[in-house]
Amino acid sequence: MTDAAQFKYVGTRPVRPDGVDKVTGRAAFGADFTLPGMLHGLILRSPHAHARIKSVDLSAALEIDGVFAAISSADFPEVTDSGDMGGEGGGSIKDLSDNCMARGKALYHGHAVAAVAATSLAKARQALAAIKVDYEALAPVMDLDAALAGDAPLLNEEMMTQGLAEPATKPSNIASRMVMGRGDVAKGFEEADVVLEETYRTPTVHQGYIEPHACLATVNEGGQSTIWCCTQGAFEVRSYSAAVCGMSIGSIRVIPSEIGGGFGGKTTVYLEPVALMLSKTAGRPVKMTMSREEVFRATGPASAARSTIKIGAKRDGTITAMSARIHYEAGAYPGGPVPMGCMSVFSAYNVPNLAMEGFDVLVNKPKVAAYRAPGAPQAMFASECIITELAKALAIDPIELRLKNAADEGDAAPYGPTWGPIGLKACLEAAKAHPNYQTALQEGQGRGLAVGFWFNIGFQSSAEVHVNEDGTVTVIEGNPDIGGSRASMAIMAAEELGIPYENIRVQIADTENAGYTMVTGGSRTTFATGMAVVEAARDVIGQAKARVAKLWQVDADMVEWRDGQALPKPGMNVEQEPMSFAEIAAKTAPSGPLLGKASLNARGAGPGFSVNFCDVEVDRRTGKVDVLKFTAIQDAGRAIHPGYVEGQLQGGAVQGIGWALNEEYVYDADGVQQNAGFLDYRVPVASDLPMIDTVIIEVPNDAHPYGVRGVGETPIVAPLAATANAVAEATGVRIRTLPLSPPNVLAALDAA
Amino acid sequence: MAKTHVSTCINGQDAEFLCSPEQTLLEVLRDTLHLTGTKEGCATGDCGACSVLLDGTLVCACLMLAAEAEGHDVTTIEGIASGNDLHPLQQKFLDHAALQCGVCTPGFIVASKALLDEDPDPDEESIRYWLAGNLCRCTGYDKIVRAVQDAAAELRS
Amino acid sequence: MSQSTSNFAYAMPASITDTVSLLSQASSNGVRCQVLAGGTDLLVQLRSVDPDPRTIVDIKSVPEVSRVEVSNSERGVFIGGAVSAATMTHHEGLKAILPGLVEAAYLIGSTQIQGRATLVGNLCNASPAGDTIPALITNQAVCEIHGPRGARSLPVEDFVVGVQKNALEAGEFVVGVRMPHPSARTADAYLRFIPRTEMDIAVASAGVSVTLDDAGVCSAARVAIGAVAPTALLVPDAADALVGSTLDEASLAAAGRACTAASSPISDKRGTAAYRRKVVAVLCERAAASAAERARAR
Repeated sequence: MTDAAQFKYVGTRPVRPDGVDKVTGRAAFGADFTLPGMLHGLILRSPHAHARIKSVDLSAALEIDGVFAAISSADFPEVTDSGDMGGEGGGSIKDLSDNCMARGKALYHGHAVAAVAATSLAKARQALAAIKVDYEALAPVMDLDAALAGDAPLLNEEMMTQGLAEPATKPSNIASRMVMGRGDVAKGFEEADVVLEETYRTPTVHQGYIEPHACLATVNEGGQSTIWCCTQGAFEVRSYSAAVCGMSIGSIRVIPSEIGGGFGGKTTVYLEPVALMLSKTAGRPVKMTMSREEVFRATGPASAARSTIKIGAKRDGTITAMSARIHYEAGAYPGGPVPMGCMSVFSAYNVPNLAMEGFDVLVNKPKVAAYRAPGAPQAMFASECIITELAKALAIDPIELRLKNAADEGDAAPYGPTWGPIGLKACLEAAKAHPNYQTALQEGQGRGLAVGFWFNIGFQSSAEVHVNEDGTVTVIEGNPDIGGSRASMAIMAAEELGIPYENIRVQIADTENAGYTMVTGGSRTTFATGMAVVEAARDVIGQAKARVAKLWQVDADMVEWRDGQALPKPGMNVEQEPMSFAEIAAKTAPSGPLLGKASLNARGAGPGFSVNFCDVEVDRRTGKVDVLKFTAIQDAGRAIHPGYVEGQLQGGAVQGIGWALNEEYVYDADGVQQNAGFLDYRVPVASDLPMIDTVIIEVPNDAHPYGVRGVGETPIVAPLAATANAVAEATGVRIRTLPLSPPNVLAALDAA
Repeated sequence: MAKTHVSTCINGQDAEFLCSPEQTLLEVLRDTLHLTGTKEGCATGDCGACSVLLDGTLVCACLMLAAEAEGHDVTTIEGIASGNDLHPLQQKFLDHAALQCGVCTPGFIVASKALLDEDPDPDEESIRYWLAGNLCRCTGYDKIVRAVQDAAAELRS
Repeated sequence: MSQSTSNFAYAMPASITDTVSLLSQASSNGVRCQVLAGGTDLLVQLRSVDPDPRTIVDIKSVPEVSRVEVSNSERGVFIGGAVSAATMTHHEGLKAILPGLVEAAYLIGSTQIQGRATLVGNLCNASPAGDTIPALITNQAVCEIHGPRGARSLPVEDFVVGVQKNALEAGEFVVGVRMPHPSARTADAYLRFIPRTEMDIAVASAGVSVTLDDAGVCSAARVAIGAVAPTALLVPDAADALVGSTLDEASLAAAGRACTAASSPISDKRGTAAYRRKVVAVLCERAAASAAERARAR
């Protein structure tokens, strides 16, 4: 491992390569593309939360002048592939297809039922109004309690629960059950002096990215397609669209635009297959953009969950056993974040006896999508609240109790592997020592703390490093830059190549100009694609050194690379002037361009722990919670660009605060979301918040050349429990159901 | 359908366009004039991504008919820099890493400019309340507030 | 598909007479017509709940509607129909005498919305949660309406007749609102409750105006509440609880209870009925305390 002090570029804060375009309005996002002859596509959406689709009659729409295509699920190939899609969002390709265009049943209010393409949006709207759909409305199932009731209406009449101890004998809304654990929890609870068991609930929330989904698709007469879209993963858009539309992967080119936020919500497809089929039918390019209302009603959201946690401990604070029973709403199709929830819920503690049981439950809401550390915020809201409740019951300081039981290097993770170097204890110690943790609180205020965790992932990435004629460098990679990753790629390339950061341009290429690269998600980009960039840089340096050695007529190992130049290794007795990339490129032109590349499957992603604490003040007469101070501490492994790492900590903290305080889907009795807009789906605004103080801990991850762990997802996990724990301290009343909105808080205070 | 002819001045240049009576200024800026730096995040005035200046007053382009721009000056994000020189706000947003995805950034910069035009020395609370109509889901606002404070300091010096 | 024959149109009359004749003509021809001032409600409605074609009559070129007059005479205070919230919050004269009304205008939406939204538009939209309506009622504001049969005046509490329903008849529009110049030792305040600090619609609200005598005893008061009934309500019982008191804690609490008693809220996405009933009392108490402090300082 290279020592931090040796770095020239890693750990600095240069302006991001794409920065100027993003502050001047030049950067082109999903809705900013147009093509000559382009049509406008719109989707007809189900007015029912649960209905059988008896017929769809498109004929009147097609008669309208200017309408070039009108399609429904009958126009899509029937997908039978029930294999898993992979990635952070679960589910099968068949379900993905049915989610893009309802087949047989509409499973949530806003579910796509038909689509049109016309010469103007006004004509497209007219066409939607002309489509006749015959529905048989069914009773909607809107939450876990309703879905689990014995007589619950079934979303999928054929679905048998997978993973039960005894095979299911009749269909239900439970798609699957999973169990994990170790030791003997019954024995562990018996050994405990104190045992607590409580149930915690979190609501349906949305990722809330500011840019609505948008795409432009064109299919030519030869069957070749191009899609411009805002996505976290162009290669996933390509494979999913191919599967849904019955096209070959090689016939589709996906060009990712700049992306206006995703947080996991843009790792799947909604519009792209529809735009492709419309374009194929119409013979013209088709542009589709969602309204904000469509984004709320038909994309995302994150699972609502109910977690029952039991914890037992000795009087000295030693935790003897923990168990969790977690139900996640999957939305309309299976694929809630059950495995991640079960694996993360007790990740922070080294406890011998553990039992985790998780359920994936269908409800008539949009199929859930990944949202930043999917599954962990819900599960760890529960576990991190009960740890604090335990600390109170034992009269032990919440940090000390956590330190006493904290997972450390060499311990076995609850989901199997042995922890490598991890920063949990370092984060807890940093919290304890932080000045914000020492300040005195006023009457009506409270301080709460919680731990966050995420696995982080690696997997497949590619990168190329092109040396230009003048010695400048172009880095080509395939991860859409959602939060400044071009800067971290350029920093790592500069560090490896020894050339100025400013001489490197990073290009996010499309699916035909970059090697296969998995989605920007799982906090993998700087880790895995960063590894590929480093490897590609080393490849090009190796080639440059070999060429120089040939010029100098020496062995390759007699040349070294330092500060962007090839020079004779000290002590090798070679008298040559150093050569830069420009000189090497010019002098070795006959050998062809200098181009380094790498394609890899990155192993050894480093798990990321965090500790958050905050001070709140509660207005006891209105139930309003104000966050006064918030401190986010996290192990980043290595912060390549600390400014963007801090940004992840701050942004995740605020999304978590929103989840804790005011965000939730509100439904009426018919299953229609009542707050499908930013007016009443209350994401935090600037005036709701204090500055978010950050501390970056660096416990390097040995698997990455610079020690990177991945930082994007962990930050959203801890704020839910940290905020709830602070409200409990401020009021003396423990509220175990989010959100801590004013009506909920006041009702709890009045009931206490 | 009869279109309305509108004469305006956009980013210091006279501009004329035809629009339908119900078209918003945002639609005309993006679709007719191809000034796509102004973003649509909600089309209902709740996110601020389409912030522009109308005779120096901060407004949402989605909540104005294009026809209402007749005879008025409109400034969009494309008109904030002078030639090749970034406005101090633009530079400070870059220096402070005050953007992640960047889609809200044009709106924030336009809104912040309106603030600093009116109050060259706003405190943190004033900045936060002024910018409450601009949603950012990535940054948690911390670095945005700092960038505005820093730009204000530079503009005052 | 009867709408296919009608289209959107945009008109910008330059006088009250032209506006009235445009509106009357349209109404007698059966053409749907809607007045546009700030447009911040109208454009949202066009986008979502009510996209049907209509003639949009932009009144911003009518000279009278852009006026703000602050006079100590009988003319009192006049705020024109197209005066934006931003204009009000920048108007030192208004802020000095009607801080509560200006607060209410300041609470309409974001800075961006403030730049367009108008006081009178907020009133005409007649939302139960409209922020300026309770503040106008406490200040005894009267709508000045022009129409085919000439001019008429209507107190604000009578102008709003139901959820998003106002008392305007065919061909009429509101040129502005007028209210008395507050007498010495009179001050107002307006408070609303929202879950966030900005960008929300009031869950409940209260406007209070109080007049103090030389001994500091409340000699007159008006209390109006919002978002707890189909329309904003004037609450005489709450005012009665304040009059004759020194605006001490007990009388403020009594006024609060009167507000709770007067409300008949619903439960919706913004709050439960029980919550609104409780919070409206808190808002009344706090707004009354703030108005009292202001009156004492005058």
